[in-house]
Amino acid sequence: MWDFLLQGFEVALTPLNLGLAFIGALLGTLFGALPGIGPINGIAILMPLAYTLGLPAESALILLAGIYTGAEYGGRISSILLNVPGDAGAVMTTLDGHPLAKKGLAGPALGLSAVSSFIGATIAIVGLTLFAPLLAAFAVNFGPAEYFALMVFAFSSLSVMMGKDPIKTLIGAVLGVMLATVGVDSGTGVMRFTGGMPELYDGIDFVVLVIGMFAISEILLMLEHDLTKGGGMAPVGRVMVSMKEVMFCKGAILRSSLIGFVIGVLPGTGASVAGAVSYTTEKRISDREGTFGHGDMRGLAAPEAANNASAAGSFVPMLTLGIPGSGTTAILLGALMLYNITPGPMLFTEQPRVAGGLIASLYIGNVMLLLLNLPLAGLFARVLTVPRWALVPGIALLAFVGVYQLHSDLMAIFLMLAIGVLGYVLRKFGFSLAPIVLGFVLGELMEENLRRALAMSGGDVAVLFQSTLAIGLWCAAVAVVVVPLVVSGWKRRRASA
Amino acid sequence: MTLRRLLTPALLSFGLLGSAQLHAATIDKPECLAPAKPGGGYDLTCRLAATTLQQTGLLDKAMMVNYMPGGIGAVAYNHVMGVRDDDPNLIVAASTGAALNLAEGKFGKYDGSEVRWLGAVATDYGAVVVRDDAPWQTLDDLMKALKKDPQGIVFGAGGTVGSQDWMKAALIAQADEVDPRKLRYVSFEGGGESLAALLGNHIQVFTGDLSEIESQLEGGKIRVLAALSDQRQEGAFADIPTAKEQGYDVEWPIWRGYYMGENVSDGAYQAWLDVFTKLVDTEEFKQARHARGLFPFTKLGTEFEQYVQERIAHFKSLSQEMGLIK
Repeated sequence: MWDFLLQGFEVALTPLNLGLAFIGALLGTLFGALPGIGPINGIAILMPLAYTLGLPAESALILLAGIYTGAEYGGRISSILLNVPGDAGAVMTTLDGHPLAKKGLAGPALGLSAVSSFIGATIAIVGLTLFAPLLAAFAVNFGPAEYFALMVFAFSSLSVMMGKDPIKTLIGAVLGVMLATVGVDSGTGVMRFTGGMPELYDGIDFVVLVIGMFAISEILLMLEHDLTKGGGMAPVGRVMVSMKEVMFCKGAILRSSLIGFVIGVLPGTGASVAGAVSYTTEKRISDREGTFGHGDMRGLAAPEAANNASAAGSFVPMLTLGIPGSGTTAILLGALMLYNITPGPMLFTEQPRVAGGLIASLYIGNVMLLLLNLPLAGLFARVLTVPRWALVPGIALLAFVGVYQLHSDLMAIFLMLAIGVLGYVLRKFGFSLAPIVLGFVLGELMEENLRRALAMSGGDVAVLFQSTLAIGLWCAAVAVVVVPLVVSGWKRRRASA
Repeated sequence: MTLRRLLTPALLSFGLLGSAQLHAATIDKPECLAPAKPGGGYDLTCRLAATTLQQTGLLDKAMMVNYMPGGIGAVAYNHVMGVRDDDPNLIVAASTGAALNLAEGKFGKYDGSEVRWLGAVATDYGAVVVRDDAPWQTLDDLMKALKKDPQGIVFGAGGTVGSQDWMKAALIAQADEVDPRKLRYVSFEGGGESLAALLGNHIQVFTGDLSEIESQLEGGKIRVLAALSDQRQEGAFADIPTAKEQGYDVEWPIWRGYYMGENVSDGAYQAWLDVFTKLVDTEEFKQARHARGLFPFTKLGTEFEQYVQERIAHFKSLSQEMGLIK
C-alpha cells in the first residue's frame, strides 16, 4: 500500500511531471475562472495535444488531472468577483462570496476559498488513498431509489434557504424544476416543451442557463447605472486572508469536505450537488445570526471545500471500478484508453505507475494550486477596480464567446439572452437565483431517478422504501424539515412560560 | 483552446471571415463538426480522423474539430442543411444512432436522403452484459428466463426508449418472441452509470458496447453473454461468443462515419473520399482505431450511401413494428 504511494511520488516528482502538474494547475484555474469553459472542455481540448506530444500515460494523466482539480479552484474566482459562477460546482459560492467582495473583502474571500479548496481536496485525496476500494463498494449500492431519496433530502435541505421570503425561494426552486423538464423524456423518448425546436431536444444546457441567469442579468443590472460615473464595483482593501478567519471557518471546512467527498464518490452526483448540500447543512448548523447570504465567511468556505472534495472523490469509482464518477472523469477514462490502459479493478496492480502517479500528483497539484492561488488573489481582486464602462462589455464578451464556443450555434445565444432577461426580471422582484439553478440541477436528477426506480419495479412505489440506505435518507429528509420547527416551537413555549 | 477558435465568432460577426471560406473548391480549411458536447462518441469520431490525418500528412492543414450539441444531432444536421450545404471543407461525424434518429423522424422533416454520406471508418459492437454471479451462463439461459417471465428481468443502458441502447435490448426481446414494449428497461445517463447500476444489482442486464466494457473484462465482476457482432472479435474479446453463434440473429454495429452537405460539389466529395480511402489503409490509422477501442469497418462513397439508406429503411420498419412510430 505505502510502496505503491511511494512509487507514485517517485513518478510524480520528476521534473517533467512536476512541470506538467504546474501547467495543468495554471490552465485549470483559468478554464475554471472563465464561464463556459469548464473542466470537461479544458480536458477535451488538451487531451489530443497531450497525446500528440507523445507524453507517457502517467504524465498525460497528471496534466489532465491538474486541469480538472485546477478548474474547481478557478470556478470560485468569477463567482466571488462578478457573481457569475465559473462552473457548475461554484453556484453556491456566489451566495456569500460576492457579498464579501462588495464589502471590499475580495482578497480575503479569494484567499479563504483557496485555503478551503485546499483542505477539502486534501481530505478527499487522503480518503481516496486509504479507502478507495471500500468506498467504491458503497457507491454501487446507490441505485435509482437511493438517488431519488438523496435528492428529496437535498430539496428538503433547501428549506433552510427560505429565509425572509420563503414563497419566493419556493417559486424559484419550482421554476428551476420546470426548466429541467424541457427536452427529451428519458423514460419514454417523448419530446417535452420543445416547441418543435431541435435546439431544445437535449434540454436547456446548464452553461447556457447559468451564464444567462447570472452573467446577463448582472450586466442588465449594471446598465441601470450611469456607467461613465464612479469607478469599479468595490474597493479592494486588504489582500491576504488572516489565520483568524481560517480558524473561524474550520468547522465549516471540515464538515463540508466530508460531505463533498461522499457525494463526489457517488457516480450519479457531482460538484453542484456537493456544493448545495454542504452550504445548506452549514447554514443550518452555523447560521445563528442570519449572516449567511450577506457575506459570511463560513458560507463561502463550505461550498468551496465541498466542490473540491467532490472532484477528488469522483476519482474513486474511476480508479477502482473503471466507472466515471463525473463527466470529467469520463473523459479522463477515455484518455487512458488511448494509452491502451484499461482502468478498472486491476489498475492498481497492473499499472501502479499510473494509479500511484496520479494519486501522488493530486497531492502535489493541490499544494501547487494553493501556492498559485494565494498570491494571485490580490491580482484577481483588482478586477473589481476596473471601471464599469470596461467591465460590462468585458463580462458580455466572456458570456457570448463562452456560450458560442460551446454550441457553435446562434440559438444558444438567443436562449442565453432570453434566460438573462428572465433572470433580470426575477432579481428585480427580489428573487434569489441560486434556488432556481439548484431546482434545475436537483430536479433533473430527482425526476430521472424516480422514473428509473419505477421502471425497475414496473410502477410499484414500494421500491423507493426498500433499502436501509433509502429509508435512512428519507428519515433524514423528514428530520431536516421537522426538527427545526419542533425546536423553535419548543423554545417559544419555554420563552412564554 | 486556440486563439483562432476564440476569435472566430467575433470575426464572423464583423463579416471578416466566412464568405471567403465557404466557396473554395479544395480542402484548404478542413473541419470536422461533432454534433455533441466534447468527450462523447462524436468527438471521438472527429478526433480519430483529425489525429491520424495529421500523423499521415494526408491533409496539408490540421483539421479543426468543432462542437454543435443539441437535438441528438439534429441541430448540426439542420445547420449543415441550411447554412453550410455546399461547404467543401466540412465533414460531420455520424453514427448508427444518427441513422436511427433519422428513421424515427427525430430530425424533423429530414429523413437522411438529403446529405452526402461520405464513409464509415470504424465500428463498435453492442454487448449483452450481466454480473458474474448472475444465474445465466449463456445468452440462451437468459433468453429462456426472459421468455418465462418477461417482466422478471430488468434491462438497463445509457439511452432513452427508442435510442440505440434501448434498441439492442428490444431486438434481444424480439429474437426471443417477447414484445419489446413489455420489457422492463431503465435508461441511464451514459454507459458508466449503467455499469454502476449493474454492479450494484439494480439492473440485471446491461446492453452496452464492447469498447466501454473492455476495462471490466479482467476484473471478473461481469460476464459478457454475447457480442452483437457478425463474428467474434480478436484480443481481449476472443472468448466472447456472438449472439448469432448462440442461435439468436441479433447484430448491432455502432459504425462511426461522416457526412457532408447536400450541395457539396462532386469534386470536393471525391477529394475527401480519396483522402479517407488512403487513410484507412495506413498503419497509423489502424493503430489509432484500435487504441480507441474500435473495430475495423470500412464503407466508403457509394457503398456507404447505399448502406445508410438501407439501414434507415430497416430501422424505420423496425420502429413501426415496435410501436415507436406510426
